[in-house]
Amino acid sequence: MVTVIVNLSRYLILILMLLYTLQCFSVFGKKNEEDKRNVMRKQIVSTLFMDFVAFLVMYLQTEDIWMGYGCAAVFGYIIGVQVLYRIFYPKASLLLVNNMCMLLSIGFIILARLDMDSARKQYLIAVAGTLISLVVPVIVRKVRSLKNLTWLYAVAGIGMLGVVLVLATVSRGAKLSIEIGGITFQLSEVVKITFVFFVAGILRKDTSFRNVAVATVVSAAHVLILVASKDLGSALVFFVAYLVMVYVATKKLRYAAAGLAGGCVASVGAYYLFSHVRQRVITWKDPFAVYNEVGGGYQVAQSLFAVGAGGWFGMGLFEGTPEKIPIAKKDFIFAAICEEMGGLFCICMLLVCMSCFLMIINISMRMNNRFYKLIALGLGAEYAFQVFLTVGGSVNFIPLTGITLPLVAYGGSSVIATILVFAIIQGLYILREDEGEQIEKQKHKKDKPKKPTKPRGGKYRKEDEEYGEKSLEEKIREQTEKSLNW
Amino acid sequence: MAYLFVGIFLSLIGYMVYFNFKLKDDVINSPYNSRQNAYEERIVRGEIRSNDGTVLAQTQTDAEGNETRVYPMGNVFAHVVGYMASGKSGLESSENYTLLTSHANPVEKVTNEFKEVKNQGDNVITTLDANLQQVAYDALQTNGAVVVMEPDTGKILACVSKPDFDPNTLAEQWDEIVNDSENSSLLNRAFQGLYPPGSTFKIVTSLAYLRQFGTLDGFSFDCEGELTAGGYTIHCYNSNVHGHEDFADAFANSCNTAFSQIGLSLNGDQFAQTAEDLLFNKELPLELPYSKSSFSLNDSTADALTMQTAIGQGDTLATPIHMAMIASAVANDGVLMTPYLVDRVESYTGTVVRETKQQEYDTLMTASEAETLTQLMRGVVENGTAKPLQEVPVPVAGKTGSAEHGDLSEPAHSWFVGFSNVDNPDIVVCVIAEKAGSGSEAAVPIAKKIFNAYYNN
Repeated sequence: MVTVIVNLSRYLILILMLLYTLQCFSVFGKKNEEDKRNVMRKQIVSTLFMDFVAFLVMYLQTEDIWMGYGCAAVFGYIIGVQVLYRIFYPKASLLLVNNMCMLLSIGFIILARLDMDSARKQYLIAVAGTLISLVVPVIVRKVRSLKNLTWLYAVAGIGMLGVVLVLATVSRGAKLSIEIGGITFQLSEVVKITFVFFVAGILRKDTSFRNVAVATVVSAAHVLILVASKDLGSALVFFVAYLVMVYVATKKLRYAAAGLAGGCVASVGAYYLFSHVRQRVITWKDPFAVYNEVGGGYQVAQSLFAVGAGGWFGMGLFEGTPEKIPIAKKDFIFAAICEEMGGLFCICMLLVCMSCFLMIINISMRMNNRFYKLIALGLGAEYAFQVFLTVGGSVNFIPLTGITLPLVAYGGSSVIATILVFAIIQGLYILREDEGEQIEKQKHKKDKPKKPTKPRGGKYRKEDEEYGEKSLEEKIREQTEKSLNW
Repeated sequence: MAYLFVGIFLSLIGYMVYFNFKLKDDVINSPYNSRQNAYEERIVRGEIRSNDGTVLAQTQTDAEGNETRVYPMGNVFAHVVGYMASGKSGLESSENYTLLTSHANPVEKVTNEFKEVKNQGDNVITTLDANLQQVAYDALQTNGAVVVMEPDTGKILACVSKPDFDPNTLAEQWDEIVNDSENSSLLNRAFQGLYPPGSTFKIVTSLAYLRQFGTLDGFSFDCEGELTAGGYTIHCYNSNVHGHEDFADAFANSCNTAFSQIGLSLNGDQFAQTAEDLLFNKELPLELPYSKSSFSLNDSTADALTMQTAIGQGDTLATPIHMAMIASAVANDGVLMTPYLVDRVESYTGTVVRETKQQEYDTLMTASEAETLTQLMRGVVENGTAKPLQEVPVPVAGKTGSAEHGDLSEPAHSWFVGFSNVDNPDIVVCVIAEKAGSGSEAAVPIAKKIFNAYYNN
């Protein structure tokens, strides 16, 4: 009987994930607000049902009562988050909230599968992170001085990375985290946020060559410290975020080209200078040829065996042997998911990640304030590139960089930082909605021309001149086009 | 730029699809993959069969569900089929994943999954010919190896290695066999045995000469039984004196002094290039583990070593399968067909799952070079060291070898490599009998038995 349920569950979980993914994209086609909310509700049901099936199967396989508690806890979290957002931020992007819940759910399931203790820890950190993050949208909305703290972000970012470089314990050849009072902090996760704030701050008004040069020097300092810590994955993520932000802020292709060329030269240089970089490339070319060498292909090969064993449909929870994958909870969590939940499930998961990214970009494109626009863009680029690096590395599509899958992989700093990122995006989304309402109001006033317009404060007049001519729909259409063509 | 990022997401997804369609089987089949064993809990390992359906390996399940791997042909196919004891070897290793994959009817598979009954794995149908293998096995009385293959297809028909072992009882005798470093019975000498090729290497030397001088016609030599150069003296086998010879005579007589002279006249770098064209120092396209043949020579090599190298001694080492592949290219107008052992994979009900496509691996020499070498090898049978092969029903061409090895007080390794039915070659036979004497004494009679078995069947 258990076998039957386990076998059925593989397909059921996949179907639920497929449904969820389809809803992620179908919501863009819905015009009606009520339809949209309907889709969002369906997504929550899919997520909850998937969690239920997964934990039920794991309970049947292990008869560990903690699987039951786990299921209840995850239900509690999802429902809690959904309710809190609806109370405090009714204007937030529900799709983003749903995606966050879905990705965390996948993480909880696979962590409970691999190691219940890690799952418990991850859960508590996620809850704490979410509670903290609830104030973030308020801060983004109300604290206007955020954009004036440019140099504070730079100093804090470089400072934190410097501390890690000097004090960190070496793990797997890289200096990633420091320990304070028994808790390890991976500060580069936090710096990912401050870094984006810095670049956005410095480029928000002035995109002269001098200013771009200053931004470049400070960004290079971030990246170089990371390279010195041998945290290549993070270094690449920072670099790509910087490149994207500079390009969009200046709209100058030659900056992007120069940056890209610089990146290529730096990569080639790193290849010849550092043996560990060379080793990664050699391993990538043929992991099996250097299987037995120190720092060789063992890790990637084990990951590939897992992905291969999973095939399209996966082995089923507790039917595979993901414990054979080294660092399965962190860098190779994607391979563990592939093995037990299948390649199709993972493709859906990638699409969900993509939907997060598109949502972030969509918000960025609709922001009028350049500071906020650049922040959304930078965070989105970081998120997308991080997914690319970790997934690409796990399946040997690209050389391994040693970075984790945001929200899914085990790691407190990473989870908190990513939840904060999502919260910041929510803050921006709400800001945008406010702007939208203002425009709508103004449009409303225009519709009643007979009523004498009261003289308004200078603050609004400027906006009136800018947007008064266009209807909201036109504006959105224009922005959407922009967002696809920039 | 948004498109760019969407592009990287899609490229990841594309790669996942590509991986699952194209790369997955190779990855899973890696010998490093310990997950394969997990399949054993779900699948009854398939059979390995010869080309006529003789079962070479099968899994028998008793009433209590205990599985035993049985090898009905025992020692005869030991190395090529392989074993499953402490680890796996041969086809049992290289086709492990295939044997543990079931392409049975999907409905049946799902039904079995729910009933918790194991599915039946796929069967591997090899190119091996049970009869030829048996004949070769019986004919080879000493340590050594035999390879039989079809030059125009690449099919390996027989692959014998001795000393051997019984895969049925290997587990019990494991320690004893592994600790016996004298015999190293587990080694598949046909693929992994590195021997000095001796006079069979004169095929390579002749090709080098042909390429450097464009023709063999100008060559003549008076053999006095020995030749001294650079303070080193080369003797003909048994100190025979061959007298006046042209190139074909020297080849047919396997005249060491003549070939030493030829070696001295060759440009070392070009000679090395020819050897590498014939896949010395190169990877070979083989499914089973093999050793790389080695050859080293250049322009500054001392005369003594050059002379030895030209007659297949010196630092040169070759595997029997490699020599068979060279002869195969000669027989097939210079084109080497990729050798293969697995003809096809069938589900247990007989549906073909995968079939090996015959393919050209490389052109090792031109058709006219192949024709010249064929003539030389034909001379060996007509009036040289392999005359007994005239009794084979079809014309045979070949080359014998008597390779000296470490201990000069012992008899030489006896080599023969050649092919039958010269105009439209049928099979290549390569024999090495260790410490069995000259090529004519031991290897030629073994080859004769194999050729006769092939044509009398």
